[in-house]
Amino acid sequence: MADTAVKTHREPLFHVVKRDDMPWWKAWAIRAATIVIAFFIVGLLSAAVTEKSFGETYSVMFSGVFGRLFEGRTTMLWKYLQEIAILLCLALALTPAFKMKFWNCGAEGQALMGGLAPIVCMIELGPKLPYPVLIAVIAITSIIAGAIWGVIPAIFKAWFNTNETLFTLMMNYIATQIIAYYVYLKGGGSNVINPVEYGNFPAVGNNNYFINIVVVAVITVIMYIYLKYSKQGYEISVVGESQNTARYIGINVKKVIIRTMVISGALCGVTGMLLVAGTDHSININSVGGQGFTAILMSWLGQFNPFIMVIMTALVVFLRIGVSKVADTALLNSSFSEIMVGLVILLLVGCEFFINYSIKFKHSKKEARV
Amino acid sequence: MKKIIALLLAVAMLFCFAGCGTKDTNSDADAAKSDLKVGFIFLHDEQSTYDKNFMDAAKAACDAMGVEYAQKTQIPESQKCYDAAVELIETDGCDIIFADSFGHESFLIDAAKEYPDVEFCHATGTQAHTAGVANFHNAFASIYEGRYLAGVAAGLKLNEMIENKEITAEEAKMGYVGAFTFAEVISGYTSFYLGAKSVCPSVTMDVKFTGSWYDEQKEKEAAQALINGGCVLISQHADSMGAPTACETAGVPNVSYNGSTVAACPNTFIVSSRIDWTPYFKYMIEQVQNGEAIATDWTGTIETGSVVLTDVNEKAAAAGTAETIADVKAKLLDGTINVFDTANWTEKGVKLESYMADVDTDADFAKDTEAIENGVFYESKHRSAPYFDVMIDGITLLDTNFG
Repeated sequence: MADTAVKTHREPLFHVVKRDDMPWWKAWAIRAATIVIAFFIVGLLSAAVTEKSFGETYSVMFSGVFGRLFEGRTTMLWKYLQEIAILLCLALALTPAFKMKFWNCGAEGQALMGGLAPIVCMIELGPKLPYPVLIAVIAITSIIAGAIWGVIPAIFKAWFNTNETLFTLMMNYIATQIIAYYVYLKGGGSNVINPVEYGNFPAVGNNNYFINIVVVAVITVIMYIYLKYSKQGYEISVVGESQNTARYIGINVKKVIIRTMVISGALCGVTGMLLVAGTDHSININSVGGQGFTAILMSWLGQFNPFIMVIMTALVVFLRIGVSKVADTALLNSSFSEIMVGLVILLLVGCEFFINYSIKFKHSKKEARV
Repeated sequence: MKKIIALLLAVAMLFCFAGCGTKDTNSDADAAKSDLKVGFIFLHDEQSTYDKNFMDAAKAACDAMGVEYAQKTQIPESQKCYDAAVELIETDGCDIIFADSFGHESFLIDAAKEYPDVEFCHATGTQAHTAGVANFHNAFASIYEGRYLAGVAAGLKLNEMIENKEITAEEAKMGYVGAFTFAEVISGYTSFYLGAKSVCPSVTMDVKFTGSWYDEQKEKEAAQALINGGCVLISQHADSMGAPTACETAGVPNVSYNGSTVAACPNTFIVSSRIDWTPYFKYMIEQVQNGEAIATDWTGTIETGSVVLTDVNEKAAAAGTAETIADVKAKLLDGTINVFDTANWTEKGVKLESYMADVDTDADFAKDTEAIENGVFYESKHRSAPYFDVMIDGITLLDTNFG
């Protein structure tokens, strides 16, 4: 009897149990530890591959990000903040959509379209309009362009319940091809749009990045307030939790989906504008450079909280620039940095699993006691 | 977990100590050299024959001159080029910045305006002589002479095939895989063709364009299409191994570019022309070390050692190729042969007496400079980057790609 019972109820080696009881400080301790370990592994791998010492690797990483800051040269620091600002702005743009459980994977395309509008204005209207008018036109058109690119999948989702993940992804390819065509039209022989001198955001004290950074800082605060304290922010959470509940309490779900995607797309458009009118003064299919996808992870890792997103983006951008410098210094292929960033993101995502679930092993002492 | 962390820490400390030990000796050796530093910006990495050619030269020149250098690879022709230049200056403290791709130019000029104390050198560009930025310089080489010599080797191979009755004289058709229908490529394939024609008068040539400087698959397909179309010898002006490997597979002789591809193509590689950038890199370092100005527009030649040919692969080349090349090279050097001598080619059946070339950069691609003097089209005279873009008779463009 006993023998057969064991056979029929064979326990797996381990099983996964959802846990809700982890205190917040413990969850954060795990995350912090993961970050430390991740940095450690990156340092170790970099040191091994580049045949440099462990300490030297970190110092190269640090100098790659901050330049010769201690000699009073702040350019690289500003550049670092700029890179954070762009990635953060995209993550912020995605967050309201994600909270609504609308999987907007189209930040890349929405930002590209938001970047196309300014470059068209700069080239076509640049010599004709006075500077303040030109800047206003650039801002309005880029916000509208991004919003349109975001709202199209939202309309289809709201009325026809199409899959927004695939839809937004496809919209990326369309945007990329439109940019490619525009560059072909305006690029001349070399297929490059040379920097346009009109409609550039002003440099503050010789600093091209300052305005971008301020704009994104303001957006961060507004987004935090919007999501946490506004009625619309609350509606987004309810629609995200359950559309039926939302309908029951009288929320117009279609309206919320469309409104939220207009905001999401518009903010992506703003990012494109910051890139094109703010720093690049040109555009190409890689202007956003895949950051629209990294931003998805940033939004998730930041738990949809804008301020945590700041930390996460700062971390990832630090790694991206720092490890790339390590690779450059060792005359290595620059893909090395992408591999390292991917590894760290994988670890961070992995640690979320252990925060949300616990693994119970067969015959573990805890279970025996129960 | 604690044990693992302790272990990792221990390993880390070991690395630190190991580092401390070696670091001192390195820095002593460096200090004895020069404190000048050069920063290189490359479009791709060593996978691309084009960039590898620059990378090898950078190492050779900097090692020979005893200067340090830093590099950034995979830098696209965008704001990223500006960013890379700024990083090389700000973080690495470079005194000279060099970028290797045509589209880098405008972004590099932007950086040059911001850092007037740093010298900026750019290969294949066209804007330095009109930009008016004192610390921005262009450089190129008279690679058409190298391609002419490579063309001679191709012509000799065709002659051998005709003699061996493998093909008739009329079937002596070459194929050429080009990147874009720009002057740089047109000048290249035309000089190659004229070189072949100088020894094999019946030769014709088909040209296909890939629309990319580096696309292995497209280059392979283009080469294969040319072979299928009856081309008995292939050359290319694009930077991957696509065309050479297609030739090796099909058993069709190949005249390569950017360097020897004999290792991958032992049976079909004849010879390759390339620009050796080492002389220019040495020159720019020397000028800065001596506090002298770098030429706004520098053209390397056979004489400066900038235009070179690899060793001839005896297995694939016709007998006596090396000797003939040496002979023609001597004539190029003493001026008895001019590559674009108008006596040797026609456009729509007419010998050209005058040709206005687009030398100065402007939005309208205006034809602004007379290029033909005394019956010779002088390439790379009015600026280092090529401007020969005449579609001469005997060459058929199967397609075009203006990017």
